Amino acid sequence: MATTGDSIFAGVRSYAAADRKITRIPLHYPYPKRWWIAFAVTGFFVLVWLVSVVWLFWRGVGVWGIQMPVPWGFAISNYVWWIGMGHAGTLISALFLLINQGWRNSINRFAEAMTVFAVLMAGMYPILHLGRPWLFYWLIPYPNTMTVWPQFKSPLEWDLFAVSTYLIVSVLFFYIGLIPDLASVRDRARRRWVKMIYGVLALGWRGSARHWKRWQVAYWICAGLAVPLVVSVHSGVSLLFAVGLEPGWHSTLFPAYFVLGAVFEGFAVVTLIAISLRTIFGLEVMVTDRHLDILGKLVLATGLMTAYGYLFDSFHAWYSGDPYERGTLMDRLFGGYAWSFWATILCNVVAIQLLWFESMRRRTWLLFTIAALVTFGMWAERFMLLVTGLYRDFLTSSWQSYWPSFWDWSLFAGTIGLFLFLFLLFVRLVPMISIFEVAEAMREERADG
Amino acid sequence: MSAIAEGRRLWRSIDDYLATDAGRAALEAEFPALAPMLDKASRRDALRLMAASAALAGLGGCDAVQPEEKALPYIDAPEFQVAGDPLYYATASLFEGYAHPVLVKTMMGRPIKVEGNPDHPGSFAGTDIFAQAAVLDLYDPDASKAVTHLGDIRAWSAFEGMATARADVLARDEGRGLAILTGTITSPTTVRQMLQLRARFPQMALYGHEPVGKGRRTDATRLAFGRPRDLHYRLDEARVVLSLDDDFLGPGPAQTPNAARWAAAREAARSAGAASVRLWTLEPTPSLTGAASTDRIAMAPGEIEAFLLALAHRLGVEPGTPVDLPPDRAALLEQVAGVLEQAGERALIMAGAHLPAKLQALALRLDDALGSLGRTLVVSEPVAWQGEHTGSLGDLTAAMRRGEVDTLVMLDVNPVYTAAGDLSFVDALERVPLRIHVGRQQDETAAYSHWHVPLAHAFDGWSDARSVDGTASVLQPLVRPLNGGRTVHEVLAVLAGEPGLDAYEAVRRTWVQILGEDDFESKWAQTLSAGFARGTAARRRTDRVRPVAPDGAAPQPDSAIEAVFRPDPSVWDGRYADNPWLQELPKPLTKLTWDNVLAVAPALAGERGWSNGDLVHVSTGERLVEAPVWVMPGQARTVVTLYLGYGRRRAGRVGRAIGYDAYALRRSDEPWRLAEVVVQAIDRTMPLATTQLFHGMQGRDFVRMTTSEDLARGERVEEEEPLPSLYPDWSYPERAWGMTIDLDACIGCNACVVACMAENNTPTVGKEQVAMGREMHWLRVDSYFEGEPEDPRVHFQPVPCMHCEKAPCEIGCPVNATVHGPEGLNQMVYNRCVGTRTCASFCPYKVRHFNFFHYAEAELHQPDVPISERGGRLAQRNPDVSVRARGVMEKCTYCVQRISRARIEAKKEGRPIRDGEIETACQGACPTRAIVFGNLVDPESNVSKAKADPRNYTLLRELGTRPRTSYLAKIVTSEQPEED
Repeated sequence: MATTGDSIFAGVRSYAAADRKITRIPLHYPYPKRWWIAFAVTGFFVLVWLVSVVWLFWRGVGVWGIQMPVPWGFAISNYVWWIGMGHAGTLISALFLLINQGWRNSINRFAEAMTVFAVLMAGMYPILHLGRPWLFYWLIPYPNTMTVWPQFKSPLEWDLFAVSTYLIVSVLFFYIGLIPDLASVRDRARRRWVKMIYGVLALGWRGSARHWKRWQVAYWICAGLAVPLVVSVHSGVSLLFAVGLEPGWHSTLFPAYFVLGAVFEGFAVVTLIAISLRTIFGLEVMVTDRHLDILGKLVLATGLMTAYGYLFDSFHAWYSGDPYERGTLMDRLFGGYAWSFWATILCNVVAIQLLWFESMRRRTWLLFTIAALVTFGMWAERFMLLVTGLYRDFLTSSWQSYWPSFWDWSLFAGTIGLFLFLFLLFVRLVPMISIFEVAEAMREERADG
Repeated sequence: MSAIAEGRRLWRSIDDYLATDAGRAALEAEFPALAPMLDKASRRDALRLMAASAALAGLGGCDAVQPEEKALPYIDAPEFQVAGDPLYYATASLFEGYAHPVLVKTMMGRPIKVEGNPDHPGSFAGTDIFAQAAVLDLYDPDASKAVTHLGDIRAWSAFEGMATARADVLARDEGRGLAILTGTITSPTTVRQMLQLRARFPQMALYGHEPVGKGRRTDATRLAFGRPRDLHYRLDEARVVLSLDDDFLGPGPAQTPNAARWAAAREAARSAGAASVRLWTLEPTPSLTGAASTDRIAMAPGEIEAFLLALAHRLGVEPGTPVDLPPDRAALLEQVAGVLEQAGERALIMAGAHLPAKLQALALRLDDALGSLGRTLVVSEPVAWQGEHTGSLGDLTAAMRRGEVDTLVMLDVNPVYTAAGDLSFVDALERVPLRIHVGRQQDETAAYSHWHVPLAHAFDGWSDARSVDGTASVLQPLVRPLNGGRTVHEVLAVLAGEPGLDAYEAVRRTWVQILGEDDFESKWAQTLSAGFARGTAARRRTDRVRPVAPDGAAPQPDSAIEAVFRPDPSVWDGRYADNPWLQELPKPLTKLTWDNVLAVAPALAGERGWSNGDLVHVSTGERLVEAPVWVMPGQARTVVTLYLGYGRRRAGRVGRAIGYDAYALRRSDEPWRLAEVVVQAIDRTMPLATTQLFHGMQGRDFVRMTTSEDLARGERVEEEEPLPSLYPDWSYPERAWGMTIDLDACIGCNACVVACMAENNTPTVGKEQVAMGREMHWLRVDSYFEGEPEDPRVHFQPVPCMHCEKAPCEIGCPVNATVHGPEGLNQMVYNRCVGTRTCASFCPYKVRHFNFFHYAEAELHQPDVPISERGGRLAQRNPDVSVRARGVMEKCTYCVQRISRARIEAKKEGRPIRDGEIETACQGACPTRAIVFGNLVDPESNVSKAKADPRNYTLLRELGTRPRTSYLAKIVTSEQPEED
């Protein structure tokens, strides 16, 4: 085991027990009442989302608070926030798979689901954001009678490729990883139609050695593809800003800064989900304190890297001597949106310092609180980076503050609702912890032990 | 075959079809008038009738736009009219009765754009905002469309019958009881008709009412010269100008020529390498003149008065008792007096038309003493008709109260709205048994009148008028009266006992007298095609100024707050309130739209704790208005400014119920000042929509300045070598367009902004959207304040698209919707745009504007208006420019449609495009000719020469965008310390 000596799965008696516990959840859901309440609540927000989208399409993007000089607002900052969230899922699943971190196996499934759903939420924003969303396909290079290609120098074009590739790879990776477990569910299902559905989804998996071998190659290839995508996708996202000349945006630091921030945010969200699922479904044996400890360390490590980004972004703005960059720095520190800057610092830099101590990392509620703060802090950071670059740029004559409108907020709340809604479906319908991988990890652990 | 045909109700010819019931029903529906005839007539007859009526309908359509009388186009004869090609007619728009000579571009009979008339001797190559916006007023969907009596629609003949009968009755008693109220009259035809009326009704009373007008200028010149005179500023002759609260560069009938002369003066000084014209302005509230001044001092009206008296004493003109000035003012006086004396006849002292007559006369005395009278200050016969026994609105009110008026005709005035509050005009008006209103709208006055007659617009009826220099123009209709409006002449003809006389005939009768009967037709044709009659300028006078005994120094102002009244820079006295272009036009100094405010000094606001948008009650005696505060840098501390023109109670949908009505506080005996007002904050605020929230440059150098000394040393404002770029350079074998904007010439008048809207179908978006920052002006004029807020220097900077050579927007767009054109334009491809707004995010100049909603449709008015009534303003739209849909980015194109037209013409004629052949809309409207546009590849073009000027610089050069629009730096006098 690559992790430290102490056992992760000390509490589980047998693989069969682990298997039963996890497959039981989609087949015999343990807390139907709570689930239905949560489903209803998130369902309401799905309606909010629907209404917001319909109203947006009906009236135009003018229903949002965007204007000149801030023609990008919530749509773009939330897009960056959502897509960043996905990255940790990929890293946990793919990167730690590749570097053989067996402990990942009990959290990778829902982390992957989180990635897929987050990328979906993210992916819808750039389309909703368009002035004429029905023409979004003009960004796609396809042979057409207009004989016009997209403009490949645009970072939006790069984003299109990056995000769509990322979505495809994430879905594939998620699905491939799910196949053996779908077969498990199929085998345990009693009703015929349930068997049928899971059977089709399991693609005829019989668990033969050859299956396993092929599966592993495919899974590893996907993992190998997904890891560099994390870097390229979020670098692309950062170039959305960095390619522009706007002060506070036009910086070569941005790609690294954005990727690290995204991973940081993602780990925080994984932590939130892990703690929630573990508490709700009593999965302490699978998602152990040890897991939370590792997640805490990861949040701390990536948080410190992100803090480095804050430090040097600010330092360079000052050191450049450029009056516009310095002006934007001052705006960030003391301007109309200073709250978002200081919230960022407080949540993403100050709060995580508690995670240096193991005793703190092992306090579930504290870890949960810190993860929630970081999730918010990263949202505030994305908002801050976007708005402060635009609202007071070069010509003072065009300076104007931006405030999101009701429909900005409702759409954002709607996407959060939709995300949770999908997650609830996932929890109900799919083994949310990888059965075979946990079993595998436990076997390896015992063999080691 | 036929059985099948009939079975399936097929028809081979229209005859067959008409024989069927369905055919007959269709015919009846289409041509109901023919239906009864069908039974009697044969099918063939019916067809003939149909054909005839269809043809007549077509003719009727022609009739709707093409005037019957012979209106002559400016250059081309009508037979050369080619579909899609514009025709220009020389005519004039009207502003306070004065002609603003213009060329109106018509497309297939629709007037769509106004340009200046460069041939006019009165310097009208550019235009002002009102002339630009006149074309939209023409299509005002809320203009009144019918004669009404007590609110019910009547035929014109009914009015004619009533008025004729009334006139006959009045004539029996020599016209006793008849009163006519008009605005300024310069129209020779109106004058002729008035004299005709005077002959018919010797006892008739004439009243003049212009809410802003020439203030007390007439009284002043009467005092100074014994007769009313007009004053003309020859700024191009002046070296030193002292403006005592005279906003000669501000809006008004003389703005365009004054601005042109001002620019000429600066140009002359520049090319001579001399320091520019020195302009001192003393004023209580900031104005465009103050912004253009070398030195501007905020002074309360009383201080200005004292200063003038002291100056008179100092120059030895009024040697009476000396006036004590505070030490700083005394030092200023010494300085000013010295420079004025030195300049002698090249000096010019001007006093605001609204100042007390005696003070204005005293200023004229000083001009006379300096020798500048006749040199920099030309005196002429008055251009406006000085009808004998003409009374004021106050006189009319008194007469009505005494019951002396039994028939009141109000010609193109709106006294119910514009009367000073203390007159209680409505009470008096209601005593008049017959009230007739002739106006463009069913306005406040129409509501209190028995009869209302819709007035034709300057562009859709025959008339004539004189411009401020006196040159007479004939106003030719460019379309048939769109709303069935009548001209003033037709109404006056009815009163004069000539019912049925049309305006064309009335105008020609006058012009026979002006042009002479010999060869009249050809001279008439010449006048129409040129747009004016040469040699009709007002005669110059060389009168000396009589001594005036000024009233002595007014008591020095105490701490009380006084108020001054000013016309609104965009909607003037309220007459343009219904023009959405003007409502949304950012006022030059505040950049406010859609509202009027109470301007207060920063110091006063600081003392009272007021900030922008705080509502206050401004009251004098019992009259009170509720106005939002605006902290105005450069406002005199003890003075607040009330802007006229808002608070219309009955106007169209655009102008109704916005702002406050300052007329309510006005006093008829002192309409320009309220010595003491009480301003009291109430605990409420209201949102105000401005297009520019920050007016400081924050130490950045957007507006650059240089001195004549630096220029003489050959110092360039900016090095010529562009910054390096990784991208390869574009190549332009033939043409590359570029523009320069001379900030030394720009006076911030906004004419370019309105011209741009008119040319490019730029939508207006309304107050809420402007407040959000979504205004659509492709060209904006930024204003920056520099120095202390008590008395800042003001800089204007028009900002169109920079058309960057290395454009960040082109990099940002993912769908190739904004691309670099072969002639260097940064082009916007509307139908390719998907609306990512990346271009706007990346644009460092923020000149891009986005259709967040479907503004182009929304501006045609609210959904509660039937579509058939919404369309009026559609007709104004330029067919050469696409109307942009929702979700599409738009921005300045350098008027690419004009470039294309010129390119096509040049290609047809097999020649290169001539320099100056293309004028952008902003360039054409600019009264100071500050904008130069042309081909940068041609080293001899005007724009290449302008770019070679050492004053040339680009905005935000350090970004490496290499703008094609560049600026020529302002020239400041070197004795002023460079601040900030």
